[in-house]
Amino acid sequence: MLAEKYSSEIESILAKYPDDRKRSAVLPLMYLAQCEYGSVTLEAMIEIADLLDIDVTQVASLIGFYTLLWDRPGGKYRIQICTDLPCALQGAEEFAHQLCEKLGIQLGGTTPDGMISVEGVMCLAACNGAPMFQVQGPDGIQYHERQTVESALALIDELRKRDDSG
Amino acid sequence: MTKSLVTLTIDGIEVSVPEGTLIVDAAKKVGIDIPVFCYHPKLHPVGMCRMCLVEIGRPARDRSTGEPIFDEDGQQVIHFGPNLETSCTTPVGEGWVIRVNSEKAREGRKQIVEYLLTSHPLDCPICDKGGECPLQNLTMEHGPGTSRFLFDEKIDLDKHVPLGELIFLDRERCIQCARCVRFQEEVVDDPVLGFTNRGRRLEIITSSDPGFDSYFSGNTTDICPVGALTTADFRFGARPWELNRAASICPHCPVGCNLTLNTRREARAEGRDVIKRVMPRQNEHVNEIWICDKGRFAHHFASSIERLTKPMVRVNGDLVQVGWDEALVRATEGLKDALGRSKGGLVGIAGGRASNEDLYVFRRFIEGLDGHTVLDDNLAGGDLTREMGVGRGTDLGQIGPGDVILVIASDLHEEAPIWWLRLKQAVERGAELIVANARATRLDRYAAHIIRYPYRRAVQTALGLLHAVTKRADLSPFVGDKSLQKVAKLFMKAENAIIFYGREGLDYKASEALAQACASLLTSTDHVGRANNGLIAVWPRVNTQGAWDMGLQPIPSGLGEILEQASAVYVMASDPVADDASLETLLREDTFLVVQELFMTPTAELADVVFPARSFIEREGTYTSGEHRVQRFYPAVLPLGGTKSDWRIVTSLANAMGIELNFPSAAAVMLAIAESVPNYSDLTYQALTIAESQWPHVGGESLYFGGNAFKNSQGLGVQVGPAAEPGEPSEVALTMPVEESEEDGLLLVPITRLYDRGTTVLPSKVLHPRLERLHIELNPKDASHLGVIDGAQVEFRMNGKRFQLPARLVATVPEGIALMPRSLGVSVVNPIPVQISSVE
Amino acid sequence: MADHILLRHRDIPDLDQLEVYLEHGGFEAFKQAVTGMTPQEVIDVVKASGLRGRGGAGFPAGVKWGFLAPGVFPRYVVANADESEPGTFKDREILERNPYQFLEGVAICSYAAQANTAYVYCRGEFWDLAHELEHKIDALHEAGLLGEGIFSTDYSLKIHIHLGAGAYICGEETALLDSMEGKLGQPRLRPPFPAAQGLFAKPTVVNNVETLTNLPPILNRGADWYRSIGTEKSAGPKVFCLSGCVARPGNYELPLGTPFRQLIFEHGGGIPGGRSIKAILPAGASAPLLPATDEVLDTPMDYESVPKIGSQLGSASIIVIDETVNIAWLVHKTTRFFEHESCGKCTPCREGTYWMHHLLQRIERGEADLEDIDLLEAVARGMQGKCLCALGEFAIMPVISGIQHFRADFEARVRNGR
Ligand SMILES: Cc1cc2nc3c(=O)[nH]c(=O)nc-3n(C[C@H](O)[C@H](O)[C@H](O)COP(=O)(O)O)c2cc1C
Ligand code: SF4
Ligand code: FES
Repeated sequence: MLAEKYSSEIESILAKYPDDRKRSAVLPLMYLAQCEYGSVTLEAMIEIADLLDIDVTQVASLIGFYTLLWDRPGGKYRIQICTDLPCALQGAEEFAHQLCEKLGIQLGGTTPDGMISVEGVMCLAACNGAPMFQVQGPDGIQYHERQTVESALALIDELRKRDDSG
Repeated sequence: MTKSLVTLTIDGIEVSVPEGTLIVDAAKKVGIDIPVFCYHPKLHPVGMCRMCLVEIGRPARDRSTGEPIFDEDGQQVIHFGPNLETSCTTPVGEGWVIRVNSEKAREGRKQIVEYLLTSHPLDCPICDKGGECPLQNLTMEHGPGTSRFLFDEKIDLDKHVPLGELIFLDRERCIQCARCVRFQEEVVDDPVLGFTNRGRRLEIITSSDPGFDSYFSGNTTDICPVGALTTADFRFGARPWELNRAASICPHCPVGCNLTLNTRREARAEGRDVIKRVMPRQNEHVNEIWICDKGRFAHHFASSIERLTKPMVRVNGDLVQVGWDEALVRATEGLKDALGRSKGGLVGIAGGRASNEDLYVFRRFIEGLDGHTVLDDNLAGGDLTREMGVGRGTDLGQIGPGDVILVIASDLHEEAPIWWLRLKQAVERGAELIVANARATRLDRYAAHIIRYPYRRAVQTALGLLHAVTKRADLSPFVGDKSLQKVAKLFMKAENAIIFYGREGLDYKASEALAQACASLLTSTDHVGRANNGLIAVWPRVNTQGAWDMGLQPIPSGLGEILEQASAVYVMASDPVADDASLETLLREDTFLVVQELFMTPTAELADVVFPARSFIEREGTYTSGEHRVQRFYPAVLPLGGTKSDWRIVTSLANAMGIELNFPSAAAVMLAIAESVPNYSDLTYQALTIAESQWPHVGGESLYFGGNAFKNSQGLGVQVGPAAEPGEPSEVALTMPVEESEEDGLLLVPITRLYDRGTTVLPSKVLHPRLERLHIELNPKDASHLGVIDGAQVEFRMNGKRFQLPARLVATVPEGIALMPRSLGVSVVNPIPVQISSVE
Repeated sequence: MADHILLRHRDIPDLDQLEVYLEHGGFEAFKQAVTGMTPQEVIDVVKASGLRGRGGAGFPAGVKWGFLAPGVFPRYVVANADESEPGTFKDREILERNPYQFLEGVAICSYAAQANTAYVYCRGEFWDLAHELEHKIDALHEAGLLGEGIFSTDYSLKIHIHLGAGAYICGEETALLDSMEGKLGQPRLRPPFPAAQGLFAKPTVVNNVETLTNLPPILNRGADWYRSIGTEKSAGPKVFCLSGCVARPGNYELPLGTPFRQLIFEHGGGIPGGRSIKAILPAGASAPLLPATDEVLDTPMDYESVPKIGSQLGSASIIVIDETVNIAWLVHKTTRFFEHESCGKCTPCREGTYWMHHLLQRIERGEADLEDIDLLEAVARGMQGKCLCALGEFAIMPVISGIQHFRADFEARVRNGR
C-alpha cells in the first residue's frame, strides 16, 4: 500500500490542489506508484482511485495516453533516445542504432537481464545537445546530453553496478 | 424564464429559435438534418467528430462603428469565414446565414466520412447495427463512392472485447465519438468507460470490477452511432430489419418506462415469436430515451420454457393438466362448495404485477361473491397517493430551481433507477434534494441535505419535519435538530415539492404512518393538487398504484389472520407463500385454493386449480405508474399455448359462478373503470394512444441524431390527477409511532437490490453474473464483536428456522443492523431482531 | 546583444542561487508591483510594453490578462512549461539556469491576475528540473517572498509545480488544463476561453515560461525601454532556438526582427562542412518550411514578417536543413511526430495524421507511386481548417509546403527508394 509508506508525500501532493479537485493529484500519485513498483500496477491504480474518489478506469485510461507511464514492467532503466527531427539531423538515429547493436537488442527491446530498455522518443527539448537521451528509472528521469556510444555504455555499466550495490 | 428568440436562415429557410439553441438543433426543428456523430441532444456538445461542419455567415459590421454594413440593394452584407464550422457547438446568432448543403459544406463532410472509413472495417453485412447504422446511412448520403485508402492496410483490431458480461466492444468499428464515455460520465455518473492511448490508437476501456459496472450500460448501445457496442443479449441475434416491434411498458418497477419490444419468429423456439431485444421508447415525461439494464435484459421470464401452458387441477393429491372447460368446472364447483360451507368466506389475493383491467374485474368478481380482496404488498399509503399524489402535468424532467424533492426510506438507485436518474438531473438543473435514510445510498451525492436517522425512527423523523412546519403541539415529542428545521424551511418556501417515500426499515404499519406524515407535510405546505407537487410511493411492483386505485389494499396485520378464516382463496399474480412460508399450512388445510400464474410458484404448488396466465408481452392492458401515469402495453408475441389474460380467466369464472362480468376486450374493461374509478374518468384506450411530438427527435431517417431509441407513436399515456384540490388542505390523520423496546441482537432489515433472484429476473441468464448472491451485510464493528470476518459464514434463527449464509462487512451499514437483500433465497418481509453468531 | 535580458545567467554566474539573484535586483519588480501598484496598473504596463506571448501564438500578454472574467474568484495562473515542440529548448534553459527570474515573473503575473495560486506545468521529462524548482520555491517561502502576507501586504501567493507525463498536446493550453485536472490531456472546446473558465472552471491565465520571464525587466525598466527593443509590433528580446544542420546549435537571445541570416550564419556559425543551406523550419515542426532563398534569409524574425513569406514565427525554433537532406524524409519525420502526438479527439487529425504518416512510410520505403504524392497532399488539404485544435493544422504545414517547394525530393524517393 502506498498510503502507508508514503503518507506524508501523498499528503503534500494532495495539498497542492483544492479539496474538491483531488483528481488533479492522479499523475503525481501514479509516478509515486511507478517509482515504487516499476510500473503502475492494478492494485496501485485501485488504491489511487480510492484515494482520489474516482473510478479506476479514470486512472487506468491515463497510462496509454501519457508516454511516461507504464502498466507493465520494461527494463528497470529505460534509455529514451530522442530520435526526432533536430536530433536526427545530428545523427541520433545512427547513435541509437549503434547503441542497440552493442547491447544486442532491437530499438524498443530490453536486455536479457531486464535492466536496460532502449526506446526512441520524440523531442526532449535538448536539441542542441544531440545525441541525447533520458533515463527513466526508479529515481525518476535524468537527461544525458552530447553522448557517444562509449559514454552511454559507461553509464549503463554504472546503472547496473548501482543496482548490484543497492 | 423565457428566452428571447433569435432569427436566422438555414438553407434559405427562416427559423426563429430560443437564444442559445445550437445550429444543429435549430436546423433539425425545420426538418434539415445536419449529420452528426459525436453530438447527441442529451449530451454536452464536444465538437470532436467534425461531421456537422457547415458554412456560417455572420452579418458584417463596420470595424470602427460596429454598425451593420449594407450593400447597394440595401441588403445586409453577410460575411462567411474561410473555414467550415461545427454546427453542434455553435449557438445561433441573429441574422446569421447557415449553408448546410452548399458545395463546400458537403465536400467538407464527405472528407470527414472518408477519414472515418479509413479505419472502419466495413463489415456491414455481418454487423448488428446494419440497417440502423448512422455511419452506413451517412456514407450512402455523404461519403465518397470509393475509398482512396488501401483496405488491406487497415489496422486489425480486436472485434470481440467484452466490457464486462453485458456489453461487447468491436474495436475496429468504434469511431471514437465518445458518446458512450460521455453518457456514463455526464448522464449517469458512472464513469466506468474511458479512452486510453491517443491518436489513431485511441480506444475504449473499462477497468471497473465487474467490467462496465453500471445499471445503465445498455443505453450506450443505443446511442453508439456504429455497431461498436452491442449487448450480450442481442449480439448476432438478428438483423434489425427482420424484427417486428410492439410498444410496451417495463414491468419491473413503478417508474413505468416505455419500451419497444423487438420480436422475431424463431425456429429455435418452435416457430414461436420471441423477444429479441428490449429497447427504450421515448417518453420525455417518464424515461426520456433511457432504460435501466434490468428493464433491458430481464425479459426472458416472459418467454421462459418454465411457463405454465395448461390449466391444472388436483387429482388424488397431484396437480394434473386438464382442458380449460374442465378446470373452470372444477374451480366453479370447488368455490361453490367451499363457500357453501359454514366457515369463513372467499379471500382474493392479487399482486401489483397485474394490470388495471385484471385488478378491476378481480375485485368485481371477489366482491360479487361477498369475498374480501387483499393486495399482496407491504408498503402502505396508496389511498394517500390517490388523494395527494402528484398533480396532472407532473414531469420530473421539469423540476428545477426553486423546487424541492424529499426521498425518504428508499434507495432509488436500486429500487427505481430511472427515478434516481431523473432526480440527479433535477439537481443538476438546480432543484434541491433532501435524502433521508438510515444508511448512505447512491442518491446522497446529489443531496443538498442528508438526514440520517436510526432504522425504526423514519416516522419520528418525518413527524419532526412536520412539527417544524406546523408547530403542532401534539408533535412536540418529535421536535428535531437544527438541520431538520432548515429542511422544513426549504420545504415551506419551495415553489414545488414532491416526496418519494419507500419502505426501507419499515413494516406495513410504520409505512402507513410515514405516508401519513409525508402527505401531511405536503398539504400543510400547500404542495398538493398541482403539477410537480405531491406524494409518490416507491412501490415494489409496477402497478401497485393501479391496484390501490382499483380498490384493492393490503391488510395491515398481514395475511395470516384472514387466511385462517377463509374457506376459499383466489390468488392472481401473486405468490404469498414465497414471502411467508408460514402461510403454507393455512392454505394446505381445507381451504379451496385457485391460482392464476405464469409459473409453478410455491403458492401454485398448493392450489386445487391452477390457471395459466399470459405475460405482459402476450396481451394488452394498462399499468399506472408511481407518478400516476396510466400507460398501455400491447401484445408483442402470440400467446403461449393455452394461456389466457388474467382478466379473461376471471370473467370466465365469474360468469360460470353467475356473476355478470361481460367484457369483449380490455378496452371495454377500461371503459368500465372510467365509469367507476373517480380519477380515471376521462380515460379511454384511444386517449392513451395520443403521442404528441417530442424533443429531441429520435428514430426515423436521422438515427444519428438521437440514437436507436424508438420514437413514441403509440401513446405517452395519461396522467390521472389526484383527488385533492390545491389550496384546500385536507386533514390527514396521523398515526403516532409507538416506541419499540430495544431488543438484544441485531435488527435484520430487508433491503432491495436491482438484480435480485426473483422469478422475473432469474430466467434471464445474461444477467446471472450480475445477480446479487445471498448474503448478510454487517457493520465491521458489529462483525468484530461477533468475531466475523468478511466472507465468513454466520447463522441466525428466524421464525423457528435456522439460516446460514455468508457475511459481508460494509462500512455504511449502521451499527446494530444487519442488512439482507430481498429475493435472494431467504425471505424477510419486515425488520426483525435476530441473534447472529459466527459459524465455526 | 551586450547584456542578456532573459538569459541573464550567461552574464551573471550562479544566478540560480537566490542570494545571487537578489543581489542583482531580484524581486524588486515584484515588490514594486505588490507594494506600489494596483493589479490593473501592472496590466497596463505590460500592455504598454507590447509583450507578446512567446509560446507560439504571439498574443499580447496584457490584453489576455484583461479578459479575465471580472469578479470571479479564485483565479489561477498557469505557467506553460510543457516545451515539447521539436527544436524548442529555450524554456528549459531559463528554468534551469535563471529560475528565479521566471518565478518572479509568475509572481508578478499572479498579482496582476489577482490569483493566490499559480501552477507551473512542466513536461514530465523535466523531472529533475521540476524537483529542483520545488526547492527554489521553498527557498522563496523561507525568504518570505511567497506565502501569506507578502511584503507585509495582504497579498498571498503559492506556486506549485505540476508534472505532466509525456504528451506534446498538453502544451496546448486547454489540453494542459484538462491534464492538470487529472484527465487525458485533450483540447477543450473554445469558447469558453481559459480567461473565462480555465483551471477548475475558474478564470485562468496561461502563459509561456519565456513570456513570464520578461515581466521583471519590464516592470524594472519600464514599457518604453522594452518597446525600444525589437520592432514596432514585435517588441522585446526573444530567445531563438537554433538546431539542425548548423555549426553552433543553441539558444540565442536577440531582438525580435533579427534576420534569419544573422542568426544562422553570424551566431550559429553557418552550415558545417561547407555545405549549403537548403531550407529552414522557422517554428519547429509546426509551420511551413521555407526554401532558404535570399529573400527568406533576409527576412526579419518577428510576428509580422515571417507570415508575409508564408510561414510562422511560432516559438522561434529554427531548424536548419542543408542540401544533403531529402525533404520527403524530413516531412516523414515531422509527420511521424504529429501522428504520435495527435491526441485522437477529433476525426481529421486522428485519421489524417495516421494516413499521411502511412503514405510517407510507403514513400520512404520506396513502395509508393507518383499518385501517392498527390494523395498525400489531398489528405493534408482535406484536414485543413477542420481540426479541433491547432495540432492538426500544424501537422499538414510541412507536408503541403514540402511538396510545394520540393516535390522533386518526393519523386526521387518514389523512383529510387532510399
Ligand atoms: C499543439 C500545441 C502545442 C503547444 N505547445 C506549447 C508549449 O509546449 N509551450 C507553450 O508555452 N505553448 C504551447 N502552445 C501554445 C499554448 O496553447 C498557449 O498559446 C500558450 O501557452 C500561451 O502562452 P503565451 O501567450 O505566453 O504564448 C501550444 C499550442 C498548441 C496548439
Ligand atoms: S464505442 Fe461507439 S459510442 Fe463509444 S466512442 Fe466508439 S463509436 Fe462512439
Ligand atoms: S463535431 Fe459536431 S457532431 Fe461531432
